[in-house]
Amino acid sequence: MSLKRKIKDLQKRREEVLSGGGEKAIEKQVAMGKLTARERIIELLDEDSFHEYDLFVEHEARDFDMDKKILHGDGVIIGTGRLYGAPVCIYAQDFTVAGGSLGLMHARKISKIMDHAMKMRVPLIGINDSGGARVQEGVNSLAGYGEIFYRNTLASGVIPQISVILGPCAGGAVYSPALTDFVFVVDKISKMFITGPEVIKTVLGEEISMEDLGGAKVHSEITGNAHFYAESEAECFSQIKKLITYIPWNNTNKAKQFPPKNPKPEYKIDDIVPGDPKQPYDIIDVIKAVVDDSEFFEVQKLWASNIVIGFGRLDGETIGFVANQPLVLAGVLDVDSSDKAARFIRYCDAFNIPIVTLVDLPGYLPGVDQEHAGVIRHGAKILYAYSEATVPKITVILRKAYGGGYIAMNSRHLRADFVFAWPGAEIAVMGPEGAANIIFRKEIASAENPEEMRKKKIAEYKEKFANPYVAAAKGYVDSVIEPEETRRILLHSIQVSAHKAETRPIKKHGIPPF
Amino acid sequence: MDKKIKCKSLIIEGTKYRTHLTKKFENRTNWEKPDERKIISFIPGTITKLNIKKGQKIKKGQVLFILEAMKMKNKVCSPLSSKIKEVYVKNGESISKNQIILEFE
Repeated sequence: MSLKRKIKDLQKRREEVLSGGGEKAIEKQVAMGKLTARERIIELLDEDSFHEYDLFVEHEARDFDMDKKILHGDGVIIGTGRLYGAPVCIYAQDFTVAGGSLGLMHARKISKIMDHAMKMRVPLIGINDSGGARVQEGVNSLAGYGEIFYRNTLASGVIPQISVILGPCAGGAVYSPALTDFVFVVDKISKMFITGPEVIKTVLGEEISMEDLGGAKVHSEITGNAHFYAESEAECFSQIKKLITYIPWNNTNKAKQFPPKNPKPEYKIDDIVPGDPKQPYDIIDVIKAVVDDSEFFEVQKLWASNIVIGFGRLDGETIGFVANQPLVLAGVLDVDSSDKAARFIRYCDAFNIPIVTLVDLPGYLPGVDQEHAGVIRHGAKILYAYSEATVPKITVILRKAYGGGYIAMNSRHLRADFVFAWPGAEIAVMGPEGAANIIFRKEIASAENPEEMRKKKIAEYKEKFANPYVAAAKGYVDSVIEPEETRRILLHSIQVSAHKAETRPIKKHGIPPF
Repeated sequence: MDKKIKCKSLIIEGTKYRTHLTKKFENRTNWEKPDERKIISFIPGTITKLNIKKGQKIKKGQVLFILEAMKMKNKVCSPLSSKIKEVYVKNGESISKNQIILEFE
């Protein structure tokens, strides 16, 4: 055969495999409102940047007539490309080929690209669209999942791992996304669960649709499994591109520096926070008033929204923000919000992203449901995460910082590098009402007019303790600043901590309250 | 940012805050002290064997019935020594979660 003919032959072979699961299966995929796996990769990555590997991999299954079946690429596409200029490794399960089911070779391809991402120290993106284990391949497909989970775990904190759920992702398969850093879901397309509606119905008699059990909304609002929610695949891809601009390629680098920009003038920091600590406001407005170009990229927006987490930039450098949200549940810490913040803090710490914490909270949420759901264990996560983190950590106390909430929100005692407080900050064991009732219980009870006495004592307590100066006198707060000075002081703090070197005791690993 | 915000209130340590509530918070169920004189199913399943009847005296640890659920035959033993006041299920009956099965005196 001449080389020309060999090239023709290669082209024919390629064409054959690139047809995926064939016309009918592709039609079905399109009818479900989904792009095909290959279209997704091309849509997501920078133009003409994708190069595919293992196109000609074939499965080795022999049982149940599998030897007669040809599964193109074994139902998964792997390769490398660029995303917003960043080199990335990517895989996408192809639902048109045997329902994207995971067999041994399918898993080997995924493992291969994961190993590659680790070796090259570049981000890994996984697009999940699979019916689950390939039952015909038995324990081999389980082995395949196990290999992926193990790699996800080793890669955790070394390279960014992004999971995109664009179809079903059920049973054991969902544990891979759960082990990764960020999970993206799309309305009506993503479905994630351990046991599906049918099993639940037979075993427990509960009837529920896939959407209500594990749809995009459920995982964005109720379970907290997903980090980004989109209405369409196109919106989802633009979210991924945005995220990539905020994070570094691996844990030995910093995120890309952007040109510095001032916040937009419509965000006037002096006008956002009401003086009365009982009145709500949107903390996101405060973040927008300090970050470059007033651009804030929120993570897990719809879940546990009493705490706000996300990325912004100060002088062009990526910063992780953790902030209480007085607009929702008065900004309390509870089981979910502690969990949400703790994981984000650890993410930032792993990837060299400085953390700015904005504090305004009345404490932890009271309730039997909270106590019984383990608020002690979950609440402890946030203490652990802050104490452990060695990236620059800056705290600004805007208003209330009461009790355990004060300590938890990156206080000096957990080794914040800088703690600033606004003049309206109230740093105390609890709010004036609660404190006065305890300290002056006898005086109030024995007074002629207890209500009047209570009011008097509350005012007395407020005067003495509901301010930042008691904490400032002890050096727990470094300086009391005017709101308008906040951005300038944050920029300064980030600049002076650029070469921060802080170490923790050497150990195999800690035992965080998971 | 002069937005009028419609809010509910939440009391934390004697202070009433104006704020939004989450669905999860509003839908939480109030805790009730469990009544140890009632046996209530914690899982749906089928009563495959009923060992007791109304009025019968029971010793602590005695097997009351078998509940088949999750492909397992679960022996349900009496948490106390007492007398059966009422039995609410029949042998072979499918029961749902949180269904009352029997009551002690």
